[in-house]
Amino acid sequence: MGKMILDGEIVDNNWQRFEPGQLEEDNQSLPENQPVIVPLAYWQAHRDVLLEREAPVGVCLEPGEEPADLAADLPHLPLVAIHFPAFKDGRGYSYARELRTRYRFTGEVRAVGDVLQDQLFYMHRVGFNAFEVRADRDIQEALKNGLQPFSVTYQGDVHDPRPIYHRRQELERA
Amino acid sequence: MYVYQDYDQRLLEERVAQYRDQTRRYLAGELSEDEFLVLRLQNGLYIQRYAPMLRISVPYGLLSSNQVRTLGKVVREYDKGFCHVSTRQNIQLNWPEVQDVPDILAELASVQMHAIQTSGNCIRNITTDEYAGVNPEEVEDPRPWCEIIRQWATFNPEFAYLPRKFKIAVNAVPDADPALIGVHDIGVKIVHNAAGETGFQVWAGGGLGRTPMTGAVIGEFVPWQHLLAYLEAILRVYNKYGNRDNKFKARIKILVKALGPEKYRELTEAEFAELKDGPMTLTEEEVARIQGCFTEPAYRDDADTGALQKALDENRAFNRWFHTNTRAHKHAGYRSLTLTLKKTGRIPGDVSDEQLEALADLADRYSFGELRTTHQQNMVLSDVAADDLFELWQKLDALGMATPNLGMLTDIVACPGGDLCSLANAKSVPVAEGIQRRFDDMDYVHDLGLLDINISGCMNACGHHHIGHIGILGVDKKGKEFYQITLGGRGDKLSRIGEKMGPSFESYEVTDVIEKIINVYVDKRLENEPFIDTYERIGMEPFKENVYG
Repeated sequence: MGKMILDGEIVDNNWQRFEPGQLEEDNQSLPENQPVIVPLAYWQAHRDVLLEREAPVGVCLEPGEEPADLAADLPHLPLVAIHFPAFKDGRGYSYARELRTRYRFTGEVRAVGDVLQDQLFYMHRVGFNAFEVRADRDIQEALKNGLQPFSVTYQGDVHDPRPIYHRRQELERA
Repeated sequence: MYVYQDYDQRLLEERVAQYRDQTRRYLAGELSEDEFLVLRLQNGLYIQRYAPMLRISVPYGLLSSNQVRTLGKVVREYDKGFCHVSTRQNIQLNWPEVQDVPDILAELASVQMHAIQTSGNCIRNITTDEYAGVNPEEVEDPRPWCEIIRQWATFNPEFAYLPRKFKIAVNAVPDADPALIGVHDIGVKIVHNAAGETGFQVWAGGGLGRTPMTGAVIGEFVPWQHLLAYLEAILRVYNKYGNRDNKFKARIKILVKALGPEKYRELTEAEFAELKDGPMTLTEEEVARIQGCFTEPAYRDDADTGALQKALDENRAFNRWFHTNTRAHKHAGYRSLTLTLKKTGRIPGDVSDEQLEALADLADRYSFGELRTTHQQNMVLSDVAADDLFELWQKLDALGMATPNLGMLTDIVACPGGDLCSLANAKSVPVAEGIQRRFDDMDYVHDLGLLDINISGCMNACGHHHIGHIGILGVDKKGKEFYQITLGGRGDKLSRIGEKMGPSFESYEVTDVIEKIINVYVDKRLENEPFIDTYERIGMEPFKENVYG
């Protein structure tokens, strides 16, 4: 079982995630008692069955699959993962932000894939609260140095929507 | 200029620490080349043909004398005594060492300078008219709006990994495009409505590079309170739907063209509806605070224009320079002047450590301690009293910085080209030098009048060749350098893309070709008709005939 960062702490990753097509190809069934993260297409095809499951189910969005595709289902989901096949593909930042601000999703928003220390700060600001840091990297260092390199931000974000011009006095006191 | 608060300074210092750690991890092998590439680019560091290149941000082209002095020091200590003003008003160092960059950044941070987002697929430096704030033609000073946009764009978490680079320019002049907003990813034009309220006409989808085109108006009148919300809406649409499979199709211009401006507007308006009147809404208090950083300096009202007139009457060289290189100012008795950094044989835009230090002193003495960079790779002293001009001109002349050729044939804009840049197909500097040497008679250059020549070493168009009245583009044909000529581009009253003249030329032919083009102009021009007007009147054919005939 891998490690991950959840709400600022390193924890065991109990969830098993399936890649798009993986369940169909291997004719695999989902592990019954383990939380799973399934691709959007799989969720859409097996929604009713998945909603009956006891163990939790989350859905993973690939680049090009938007939160709008999942909007109606969000109240039933404890977790939405967003996949970064390459860290340079920044669509997931807009997706996470939309989940939080447009759809008011309060469950876990998890970054998976090419997730690295130097992107965690931005990811956190747009609404990710869980990070599967790439397995070949030092997750301790990512947690220590990646999440809060800056004490000052100009824009608002999902945690505090006020841009700097509405919180200047607080910063000046800091 | 914008005065840093403690927290602005803290942000810069935290950035230096972050980048220092990223460099350390890279040198220790903890970051792959590919991972570090993206991180260093977002900090303006390219690995070039011979050495890295560090691009230092000059927000909307404005520099204090203190910053210029520090640049001089950095250029001497970490480079070969020269830096380079780029066509995005930034400053480039061409010979720093990768391991020295954190120290360079620390030095720059001590005078509120940085290299944040000067490269990479993020929102780049905001640019504007180099005469912003002193231009008698502007509707209002664009610099406060540039600063407001700069802060929103700096480390914006949602837009750090866009499909491609993203450039925003702001213009406040009604009948011209000094900031080239027509060829920017987003162009912001400041306008006043009938009630005298400030708003913005927002353009999107312009750009040069491989597929040059002018942008389309997306927002006809965005009230000032909603500027940032509107920009954010445009960016969100681009971040989600811009092409990420092919970097040549990834700029917003391709998306705006593919969807059509109407559809892009519709998508933007949908995002905007959610943001409008939300926490991003600008307040009068905030705008006034930022505007308060750009107030008029303590102009004198007793500038002696009689003394100026006397010097103009007595000194022909000064007179010529005055008429080409200085321009009218908002405040009576003052002029803005431009120093052309186009020394024959050097990269256009090059300036030395000694010149920087001398300019800093001159700015303190004559222009309220400020300097500006221009997208034509020149520098500006924006606020000089009429009765100081002659004395200042003499000092500039002694520095070799009083060449009277602003906007003329020898004031060539060019990228550093294949001598330094690893992207370039061709060497732009020898081409510029060839033209400058051929046209070395200043009387003739003046007779030819206003004429923009722009040279880019490759499609990326850093030399803005598409908007030169005469554009020269280096292309690679089976490993050999060739040059393609365009005519009729404009980056003056309006932004317009030039037309290709025909088959390209070998480098030894270029100067002759330019001369043939000029000869057609001289032959066909009407009295006092500038090159571009003649071209628009007679079209491409006569030029083509003389060059290829």
